[in-house]
Amino acid sequence: MRKKQQVQTTGEALEKPESQIRVMWDTLKKNKAAVAGLVVILFFLFLAVMGDWLAPYDPEYSDMGHTFVAPCRDYYFGTDQLGRDIFSRVLSGTKISLFVGVAAVAYSLLIGTVLGSVAGYFGGKVDSFIMRCMDIMLSIPSILLAITLMAALGKGLDKAIIAIGTVSIPEYARIVRSSILSVKENDYVAAAKVVGNSDRRIIFHHILPNVVSSIVVRATLGISTAILDTAALGFLGMGVQPPMAEWGDMLGRARTYIFSAPYTLIFPGLAITLAVLAFNLFGDGLRDALDPKERV
Amino acid sequence: MFKYIIKRLLQLIPVLFGVSLIVFFLMRVCAPDPAPIVLGQHATRESMEEWREANGLNEPVVTQYVDFIKGAVTGDLGTSYYTKAPVTKEIASRFPATVELAIIAIILAAIFGIIIGVVSSVKKNSIFDNGGMLLSLVGVSVPIFWLGIMLIILFSGILHWLPSSGRIDPSLRPDTVTGFMIIDSIIQGDTVALKDAVVHMVLPAVTLSLYSMAIIARMTRSSMLETLNQDYIRTARAKGISEGKVTRKHALRNAMLPVTTVIGLQLGSLLGGAVLTESVYAWPGIGNYTVQCIMKSDFPVVQGVVLLIAVIFVLMNLIVDVIYAFLDPRIKFEKKEV
Repeated sequence: MRKKQQVQTTGEALEKPESQIRVMWDTLKKNKAAVAGLVVILFFLFLAVMGDWLAPYDPEYSDMGHTFVAPCRDYYFGTDQLGRDIFSRVLSGTKISLFVGVAAVAYSLLIGTVLGSVAGYFGGKVDSFIMRCMDIMLSIPSILLAITLMAALGKGLDKAIIAIGTVSIPEYARIVRSSILSVKENDYVAAAKVVGNSDRRIIFHHILPNVVSSIVVRATLGISTAILDTAALGFLGMGVQPPMAEWGDMLGRARTYIFSAPYTLIFPGLAITLAVLAFNLFGDGLRDALDPKERV
Repeated sequence: MFKYIIKRLLQLIPVLFGVSLIVFFLMRVCAPDPAPIVLGQHATRESMEEWREANGLNEPVVTQYVDFIKGAVTGDLGTSYYTKAPVTKEIASRFPATVELAIIAIILAAIFGIIIGVVSSVKKNSIFDNGGMLLSLVGVSVPIFWLGIMLIILFSGILHWLPSSGRIDPSLRPDTVTGFMIIDSIIQGDTVALKDAVVHMVLPAVTLSLYSMAIIARMTRSSMLETLNQDYIRTARAKGISEGKVTRKHALRNAMLPVTTVIGLQLGSLLGGAVLTESVYAWPGIGNYTVQCIMKSDFPVVQGVVLLIAVIFVLMNLIVDVIYAFLDPRIKFEKKEV
């Protein structure tokens, strides 16, 4: 009798904190595409940390005696118009793209969550004011809004993060708001209110934990969009300050040599595509694992 | 229905007002002073002051904004800092190029997206399904400008099949009637110009369409899969109707509803993608022009373009909602919370 009880309690204790994540992980493991995505993401993370150490040359060092060297044993991806090693630059660009991607998502997630929570929780005039503002932002195509923001803010990594992050705030605000609207009416929220919890505590401790899964999925997919947007800004010449190695910026500067040195344009683009693909695969897998209903 | 459309149109006013406020704030308050950029590095302090005075930049910001709104309401968006031509004229001369590109791209995206989506759903888990979904995954992951560059390298640089930039060979250019190169050359019966315009269109249109095609294919597939599971499909099959007819008449028609919405929304977002595509192919449309104007601080033009694109964007959303209601009689506007 006593033994049985013990087993039961340990069983419960095991299930409580782990079950959700474990179930998710089990589902995710079966999804080969998602696992492949995760592996590539980890690989890119590794390159982001170790890139400078692995790079055979200084990514910003220009060797004018060796401009436009085609890919060979000394320069795996060739050299660019300023004689810089493209392989080293692509490696070095990894940390920039990942950093801007994650930072931009974190920024828009933070602001979007706060705005969406406030709108959904309080409703009424606050809600319609915030959501109208979001509608206004959504009525400008995101890349156009991002380049307009960059024109106003000026070049630089920090500004790129703000510009790219700002354009996706409405997306997160909408998701959080609608999730909050759907859980707000639950009894446990009413109960939390009755016992005298503050609004902030109710939002952060009782409501938001329930909408975390959809936010996590959106954020993972959001990183891929942010990486694409970063590259687009760089390509248009509005991203980082030279001589920093950013994938989009490398493409934008090398495009003049499209016919004379096409290899300068292949590898940075491949890197972008692979990184974006990995986050998309992993994000799709996460969505399927967390919420089979939303499967597209 | 009519009431609903009017209501939605009225709701556009605050949205456009907000857009104008954001753009104006960014361009006139946050952005650096355009005078040294427009007049060049060697401009004297006096000439810059004179230029700012002439362009009304010395007025208080609020006055400037009120003037801008007053003008915008009457269709005057100011003049370009460089060409001194009215912004509306600058936009109008480039707008047809963008519209033509976007329309061809959305047609390509819709046709191929729906075909891929239908085949993937009917032959679920087959090689077609996996191939189609892989293609659409790549479609949403590849940067549009890099895709353009790779297509140029392949089809212009290596194979020499297609031109790498522009809308038409300048010597073949037909007289402007509608501004749409393809339509203009058809009107004038100029087959040589028509062929050249089409050839120039191929790469930009394919580049611009890939992302939308991927989204449409995914949407069609999931919508079809859902529909194919319905009871009425089983009934139709039980009645002995051929599988092809079940797919076309019973499943596809019902599955098209969400697909139509996505197509409409994609047409709006193509305008954003056009900025990058036009830049790669030196396409003389408003996307390419806007980037150039941002680079050289031609703010009146930027304001005008952003405002115009916002108008198109929100109108497209409205049109999509109305079409949706026509297609789905279950939707009633009066009850709908907008």
